[in-house]
Amino acid sequence: MNITLKVWKQRNKDERGRFETYQVQDVSEDMSFLEMFDVLNERLINEGKDPVAFDHDCREGICGACSMYINGRPHGPLQGVTTCQLHMRSFKDGETIVVEPWRSAAFPVIKDLAVDRSSFDRIMAAGGFVSVNTGNAQDANSILIPKDDADKAFEAAACIGCGACVAACKNSSAMLFVSAKVSQLSLLPQGKAERHERVMKMVAQMDEEGFGNCTNTGACEAECPKEISIENIARMNREYLSAKIS
Amino acid sequence: MSSNSVLSLFKSSIGKKVIMALTGLFLSIFLVVHVSGNFQLFKTDSGLSFNQYSVLMTTNPFIKTISYLLYITIVLHAIRGIMLVLENKKARPVSYAMYDGKANSKWASRNMGLLGTVILFFIVIHLNDFWYQYKFGHIPFTMYKTELTTGKLVEVKEMEAGFKMGSKMEEMIVGDHKYVIVKDLYKEVKDEFKEWWMVLIYVVSMAAVSFHLYHGFKSSFQSLGLNHRKYNGLIQSIGTWVFAIIIPASFAAMPLYFFINR
Repeated sequence: MNITLKVWKQRNKDERGRFETYQVQDVSEDMSFLEMFDVLNERLINEGKDPVAFDHDCREGICGACSMYINGRPHGPLQGVTTCQLHMRSFKDGETIVVEPWRSAAFPVIKDLAVDRSSFDRIMAAGGFVSVNTGNAQDANSILIPKDDADKAFEAAACIGCGACVAACKNSSAMLFVSAKVSQLSLLPQGKAERHERVMKMVAQMDEEGFGNCTNTGACEAECPKEISIENIARMNREYLSAKIS
Repeated sequence: MSSNSVLSLFKSSIGKKVIMALTGLFLSIFLVVHVSGNFQLFKTDSGLSFNQYSVLMTTNPFIKTISYLLYITIVLHAIRGIMLVLENKKARPVSYAMYDGKANSKWASRNMGLLGTVILFFIVIHLNDFWYQYKFGHIPFTMYKTELTTGKLVEVKEMEAGFKMGSKMEEMIVGDHKYVIVKDLYKEVKDEFKEWWMVLIYVVSMAAVSFHLYHGFKSSFQSLGLNHRKYNGLIQSIGTWVFAIIIPASFAAMPLYFFINR
């Protein structure tokens, strides 16, 4: 199949940036979206041109590095899938595909499609951890955890921190990411000890980074490659309110 | 103010949403009261009960206190909402060239600012039409004569243009009849909706209220952290049926009723 790509090119965070159009021929429909970009980049390098910069690492949908905004949606048209797991069979022969970086004041563009997501790291550093000394592993039966809580914590912990929630949100809000991290820790006994301090610190850092406010559109939940539920946002709101009031 | 104080809550992104949620829910409850009272416009008593109700709503100290609280709430909700829109715009300085919002969210949820602006303009028009006229304008008085024994309305007479009274309503009993002289807001309503474009403004505004509350009602629960599988369905149904359909449709029926019967 043949594809026309309209890709965002931007030399650095200060440059304005623009769209560049590329024709990519003989694309196999079994290629992943990133492999299609590999083919394009190899050709650009051979031609002595600047390849398209993009983030990627594991290419099996678990690291959260890939981050492309494809045809108006983060990670493209499929549900519950990262860009690296998106295949060219999801597109039509001759289609024009528009690819942009995540757009948020808190995610400045490093180059082309690669954005700086260290704001997420700073939110984690503010409180996304358990600092109590847990000591040696205890007998599993000494700390009883209801199955429902364990499941909810596990679902929240599935967040790979890719930032698609921010990219999808019309307000660039990071609430889904932060709430997933808050939830995974506060639902379990080891994390409960610091739950109030944690949520206040993480929300304060989130606000400081310049993310927008949540308006409950649910776009984050719909676009999240790990299908994290906005129930987590409600839980974070609860945790935050009780932390501030008590 | 220390960063851990209760008031610091309202400076945070979550606190701002709590303000929107609480003020929004209060305004939603007000709409229930407002629409219930206004149903008296449909009564065929030449506006007697609606006019008596209007006097009660503007003189009872408890209701007056609530109405001042209501004005403050409207201003707070509007200002906080406008600020949120501006802050959220700032969070994405470069917008997407291609944006497929309908793929992941409902139209109403993405356009609360626009819908709210329409409603705010409507509130200004609406308050000027009725609240301002009732308080400061020249609304005529009408006399209603009813039979004491049967409660039957026997005479309705508009007082002459220059007629003035110290209060909004006087009631007296002479013989077998009860006379009520009251400020005739009903007539003001009737006259207002003789114009088709006025009716259109009201109907379109109620459509905006419908979409605003379709998202707003259930969204306020989420903002307050009240998201529970057991109750989400109920909240969603109340938001849709009561606040997005029944209330706006009832309000819209009022100008249409007067226009059709003009």
